[in-house]
Amino acid sequence: MQMEQVLLEMRQIDKIFPGVRALSKVDFTLRAGEIHSLMGENGAGKSTLVKVLTGVYPRDGGTIRLNGHEIAPRTPKEAQEYGISTVYQEVNLCANLSVAENIYIGREPKKHGFIDWKTMNERAVALLKRLHITIDVTKTLDHYSVAIQQMIAIARAVDVSARILILDEPTSSLDEQETQRLFAIVRELKAQGMGIIFISHFLEQVYALCDRVTVLRNGELIGSYEVAHLSRLELIAKMIGKNLSAVQEMDQTEEKSQPSADVFLAAKDIGCTGSLVDVDLAIHKSEVVGLAGLLGSGRTETAELLFGIHSITKGEIDINGKKLNISDPMTAMRKKIAFCPEDRKVSGIIGDLSVRDNIILAMQAKDGMLKHIPYARQAEIADEFIRLLQIKVSDREQLVKNLSGGNQQKVIIARWLATQPELLILDEPTRGIDVGTKSEIQKMAVQLAKQRGMAVVFISSEMDEMTRTCTKLVVMKDRRKVAELMDDEVNSENVMKAIAGGEKE
Amino acid sequence: MNWKRITSSSLFLPLLALFALLLFNVIFVDGFLSIQMTDDGRLYGRLIDILNRSSSLIILSLGMTFVIATSGIDISVGAVVAISAAVVCTLIGGRGDGVAEHPMALAILAAVAIGVLCGIWNGFLVARLKIQAVVATLILMTAGRGIAQLLTAGQIITVYYKPFSYISGTIPGNVLPTNIFIAAAMVLLVAFIMKKTSIGLFVQAVGINATASKYAGISVSLVLFVVYAFSGFCAGVSGLIESSLIRAADANNAGLNMEMDAILAVALGGTLLSGGKFYIGGSVIGAITIQTLTTTMYALGIASDQLPVIKAIAVVILCLIQSKKCQALVASWKDNRHGGNPGKAVEKA
Repeated sequence: MQMEQVLLEMRQIDKIFPGVRALSKVDFTLRAGEIHSLMGENGAGKSTLVKVLTGVYPRDGGTIRLNGHEIAPRTPKEAQEYGISTVYQEVNLCANLSVAENIYIGREPKKHGFIDWKTMNERAVALLKRLHITIDVTKTLDHYSVAIQQMIAIARAVDVSARILILDEPTSSLDEQETQRLFAIVRELKAQGMGIIFISHFLEQVYALCDRVTVLRNGELIGSYEVAHLSRLELIAKMIGKNLSAVQEMDQTEEKSQPSADVFLAAKDIGCTGSLVDVDLAIHKSEVVGLAGLLGSGRTETAELLFGIHSITKGEIDINGKKLNISDPMTAMRKKIAFCPEDRKVSGIIGDLSVRDNIILAMQAKDGMLKHIPYARQAEIADEFIRLLQIKVSDREQLVKNLSGGNQQKVIIARWLATQPELLILDEPTRGIDVGTKSEIQKMAVQLAKQRGMAVVFISSEMDEMTRTCTKLVVMKDRRKVAELMDDEVNSENVMKAIAGGEKE
Repeated sequence: MNWKRITSSSLFLPLLALFALLLFNVIFVDGFLSIQMTDDGRLYGRLIDILNRSSSLIILSLGMTFVIATSGIDISVGAVVAISAAVVCTLIGGRGDGVAEHPMALAILAAVAIGVLCGIWNGFLVARLKIQAVVATLILMTAGRGIAQLLTAGQIITVYYKPFSYISGTIPGNVLPTNIFIAAAMVLLVAFIMKKTSIGLFVQAVGINATASKYAGISVSLVLFVVYAFSGFCAGVSGLIESSLIRAADANNAGLNMEMDAILAVALGGTLLSGGKFYIGGSVIGAITIQTLTTTMYALGIASDQLPVIKAIAVVILCLIQSKKCQALVASWKDNRHGGNPGKAVEKA
């Protein structure tokens, strides 16, 4: 068998941030025609390594060789000139430009000094056709789903004559079908001899797609392995640095919480024009209710109505048996409802504020501007939650934007726990965070229900995680509730059936 | 001494710029530092003059700091200064015998109230109607001087009522002009509010991420409303000082271009125009710096019509000193030759 050609060699890469050694003597080798996964917990150095490779950060030591030649990209643009392109988790294209413009921005084909629109559109169509996407390239990008946008981003990256394509959490906002479509494209690129670096938190996807995996932990290289010869638990053990038996123990689920007979919140036929149709929902104290369904099925919309981000236009919501008009978040918060939103970066963290500020924010908002929480008390509260949720920070004054995704999520959860809620709504609390933290958050949801009698609404795209934690699953489809599964009925098969069955309606 | 801690302080660069300017003055302007006492017991000198003249800009930049921190902007403050000046002068009246037509306290109250009202209008446009801040405040910026003209019936009203001049002058028996105390009181008021309420935190949160603030339960529109109203309040107070300085209401020229100076003061003070973290102390120093610059130019005998050019050059230099990019450039100047040459490797490969 012919040895695959080595495309990229990173040797002894060091990267030091003030006070932190983000990468220490990390080696990484990428061959042509392979899909190579970078794995590790948050803060392990995956994105730092990628950013060093793409010239976002200067490196503090080590060499990078591309096809045997040493390179030192200083900006992402230079990296692109070498043929290294990145597609990020968040699509960073311009929503208000056309698809073709997005693909050719900065390198538009010109004729007599003016942009040659015809050629540009034709080329865009041809390029997308190679990836089996047939869309109107003259329409603005926001006409298309996130999945299509992602593929357009890939098309663009590939067209900039990429030899190395880096996919950073590309599937985190895609559903199953879209993910498969993306994988097909990635496999095709692999067959063309490209080297692909795939970063994902979804173990399943890594096993489905990748040839090799390089594991990092705390900025150090743990090793590179053939995916086929590494079991899942072994991989997790390497990522979190514990031995196999400890991981097996972690894998065991917390026993589910038994709901009490008291209903905390009852939603009767609630709806909102354009986003939700007639949803019935009863949430008991000590109950973990899951909202299942595909992206855009109405899960988040339901949660947002309960929290007053939008107002219901139909139906009624009763809290503790009393009808309540939830017109804004503050009304919901006064009734001890808390909501950790889906998109951590956009609607969760206040990036440039400290961990302390972020934790006390909702509490302070509840108290009002004039009832200032004294600094000493703020510090006390922040420290308590940092300890309780094991948030990894250098100190409480660290800016929250410098934390890893999982720790940011914990800060948001801390923010809401600080308000001592009776209903905690967690919308995709584990998206884009590492396995260790994932299982911590799942367990926490169950424990809060068990020990504090809290009602919890858990929303997730990962069926597995819902069936582990919830005693009741409300299945949503096309902005409607299609089924409610209780106790023993709670399993992914029934959810799938409910989603598929809802078709006939 | 912890040098690193001092240089990384948010006030370090604004102070450095101010000191550089003061040093220039000490060297090139005769008697810059001298402060004398007049026969009637008032202190007199260029430094006092700078503080006297900068007080209205300091007050404006306080309000502007909060507005900018919410990632907004208020370009109407100059016009609001003119309205406030028109109100106070019209109410006191331009009687040649030096008698006030209405009590001065009432006139002052009315002028400040009009300022707040203008701020509330801006707040309504920005917070409720969600009009972009520049556009929303542009309305009052252009219409404001017309309103001031209406109030003064197109005349420049000169006030002969003696106590009116005390606002920007010295009350007999006092050593310093009153407006310095007014500015100091405003700064202290803001410092007190910052210390005792959570407005500062909310303003920053809204400026950094308005969506997340909403999800955290903060009433974003209330915060916006409050900052614009406060900016109007500051403009109202500034209007008193500006009109008292010349003892007249000049609808065309009172507070002219002061909104730009206020924005500049905030920027010099280290607050980013994109919003978020803000530095009240920095803005105050920024305002003093701008006034020092003007005073310097006059002291050097530069004609007032050339002033803007010189000012622009000085501002560019001051901004460069403070620019992070520029600092980084200087810092990386030495090791800039490190690293490979992109393009070459691609050709070889």
